[in-house]
Amino acid sequence: MSEALIEATGLEKTYPARNRQGTPFRAVAGVAFRVHRGEAFGFLGPNGAGKSSTMRMLAGVSAPTAGTLRILGLDPVADGRRVRARLGVVPQDDSLDTQLTVEENLLVYGLYFGLSRRAVRTKAGELLAFARLEDKAGERVENLSGGMRRRLTIARALINDPEILLLDEPTTGLDPQARHVLWERLFRLKQDGVTLILTTHYMDEAEQLCDRLVVMDKGLIADGGSPRELIERHVTREVLELRFPPGEHEKIGRELGEQVEVLPDRLLWYADDGEQALARATELGIRPLTALVRRAGLEDVFLRLTGRSLTD
Amino acid sequence: MIPTLPRAGGAHLVVLRNLWVHKGGSPWTMALFSIFEPILYLLAIGVGIGGLVGDVPGVEVPYAVYVAPALLATAMMNSALEETGQSAYAKLAFDRFYHSLIVTPVTVTGAVTGEVLWGMLRALITGTGFLAVIAAFGLVQSPWILLAVPAGLLIGFAFGAASLTFTGYVRGWHDYQYMQLIMLPMFLFATTFYPVTVYPEPVQLLVEALPLYHAIELVRGLALGRLGPSLLLNAAYLIVFGTLFLTWARRRWGRLLTS
Amino acid sequence: MTGGGQVMAFRALAYWLMRYRRTWQGTIVVSVANPILFLLAIGAGLGTLVQEPVEGASYLAFFAPGLLAAAALQNAFVEGGFVVNSALRRERIYPTAAATPLEPGEIFAGHLIFITLRLFISAGAFVVAMALFGLIESVAVGVVITLAATLTGLAFATPLAAWAVTARDISQINTVFRFVVMPLYLFSGTFFSIAQLPEPLETLARITPLWHGVDLCRTLALGTASLGPSLVHAGYLAGLAIAGALIGRVTFRRSLHA
Repeated sequence: MSEALIEATGLEKTYPARNRQGTPFRAVAGVAFRVHRGEAFGFLGPNGAGKSSTMRMLAGVSAPTAGTLRILGLDPVADGRRVRARLGVVPQDDSLDTQLTVEENLLVYGLYFGLSRRAVRTKAGELLAFARLEDKAGERVENLSGGMRRRLTIARALINDPEILLLDEPTTGLDPQARHVLWERLFRLKQDGVTLILTTHYMDEAEQLCDRLVVMDKGLIADGGSPRELIERHVTREVLELRFPPGEHEKIGRELGEQVEVLPDRLLWYADDGEQALARATELGIRPLTALVRRAGLEDVFLRLTGRSLTD
Repeated sequence: MIPTLPRAGGAHLVVLRNLWVHKGGSPWTMALFSIFEPILYLLAIGVGIGGLVGDVPGVEVPYAVYVAPALLATAMMNSALEETGQSAYAKLAFDRFYHSLIVTPVTVTGAVTGEVLWGMLRALITGTGFLAVIAAFGLVQSPWILLAVPAGLLIGFAFGAASLTFTGYVRGWHDYQYMQLIMLPMFLFATTFYPVTVYPEPVQLLVEALPLYHAIELVRGLALGRLGPSLLLNAAYLIVFGTLFLTWARRRWGRLLTS
Repeated sequence: MTGGGQVMAFRALAYWLMRYRRTWQGTIVVSVANPILFLLAIGAGLGTLVQEPVEGASYLAFFAPGLLAAAALQNAFVEGGFVVNSALRRERIYPTAAATPLEPGEIFAGHLIFITLRLFISAGAFVVAMALFGLIESVAVGVVITLAATLTGLAFATPLAAWAVTARDISQINTVFRFVVMPLYLFSGTFFSIAQLPEPLETLARITPLWHGVDLCRTLALGTASLGPSLVHAGYLAGLAIAGALIGRVTFRRSLHA
């Protein structure tokens, strides 16, 4: 096994109450994980699962309330500056410097890392090419599209040649085409040996990018492994999706037993052979409005693990 | 290309970034901005109010000569307030600039110190422009006035730190009206237009507690060449005031950015 | 359909009123406290140094109504310049509203009604402060002066709003403040009589809208107003307010339906 870049055990984050009547909020309730050099590691979970709080701790800008966290062998609280010097951070909101041009954003950011002006100029040129923004170098940030901004934010995070790149919801809010462009860029980074850590609530993104991931829910890790392992462990090979008129899902779901998950708009029937399941349903006299057989994915893993769908 | 850790938490890099933003605009616009207002004020005082008041008890110099240093001090204060007030708030709340700053080796201390330094630098530019105007109007009494602008850096420090602290508590633009509520009367009472002796005794004590009073006394003392130990007291007041607020700002911004 | 247009404008107004609910206490405190402190400082300080009467009045009585008009200009600048531009760019309130059935002209009208209300409240608060210093003869005079100051503010607010909606960013607004508003503020007879200015400048000052506002408020407060000049002042200010509103209808449409 290769070297562990990040090691967390019993990691917790509790935010103090906002006022006297309020109660403290425990966003991360004790999680443990290891991330190895060169891998792409994902935190999967719905909004409010504790992903962003975990990412802020990993970025060295939020002190854990309990537990231990080592990043690159260092303590991110005591050695925050030295840790941050070797990280790249892509926040969910791009938070680019709107008063500067595209290229200046990269240049100024590089100076924060103590890079020399010459070095930062060369690097900015390379990164503009990487982000496919060469012809936008002199443009104000305001005039960029959402996809371009996100690519610029990623380019900015790479200015110090980070060993670890943290991406919080990298493709949220982007159109499908922009997402695919971004995934391709991130895949290239991974091949260049950069360790990627990302949060997402998109299944397809997790499946595309992550070697390993953990499923988070209510501040805890429900399970972890490669996408394939997780699918094999928790769900069957195929899923039969059945739709009925509104209001009938509950009743029919109860009839079919525990291999079936009831969602507000459809039933999911987990089976190794979906067609066979459909045949059985027909035998039982069930007449769905629509029926669809598909391969099981991470969405289903999450559903089985938490009893809730990701988009709740 | 191995990144080296910037010294002093990277405060100088924050200043550099702010300079960079202004690099696009031509430098003479900045100078014009800082000189235009003083010209207006000096004209208004010289032609208008100066003509009304005639002789002011306790002031042995022409009225415009008396008021000019107070306007110099106030202009330097305002420059620092602009940068550490609404300008910093926009960067905090809308651009999330500081959030993306502190994930780099630049620290919260660096960010806070850097913004205060930047406010001082702006005060210096304004002060230099203002001094040139005072000279052009023939209102210079003493060569010591050359020290008034460097001394004004303390004003930028004291007010920059205080206003950055305030910005750390601001919930929306409208909160800045409370700052104005403090600043305007302070401007009017702090011996800008007449000596503190026109007030009755208890009001005098109150005025002497104001930071702007010490700012104006310091600059005026140097500008009129009236040197004395009281100037050191004025300077000490501003240093202590600024240091306290810088510490406070550091704590508040630390909670804002890294909780 | 004009009737429909009015109702729509009230929808836009409702937004600003709802927003104002969170801040109105603060703005009232500020609107009253600021002039009180200002008048106190001038009364106790500069007022004691100016021994000769100015335009036939004590310095405080001369200065207070002038400052009332100048404060209306300042409020008009904040509400009509700064807030309008922010509503377009930074906070994106206008674009959000423009995506609903509201027309740009209605968005403008709704905001203008709110601005008028703000100007009126601020002027009223100022007049209350003046009354505390014994500078207002009667309630009727107070009401008339409040209206005069509101009109002065509007004469600036509508043209400013018409322009601010085309401005690229806040820094342009600040430039106008520095190079247009500040000179007006200092040289339109607020702090000293424009008769003290040298000849060409005095004529120039007499043309500025703020001087008309200052003179209108001041003569009303001092009881020296006569019908002819007052009508000229009010007509000039109203003309500006209307011109700004008409131009604003065009510029709002251009920037919101671009």
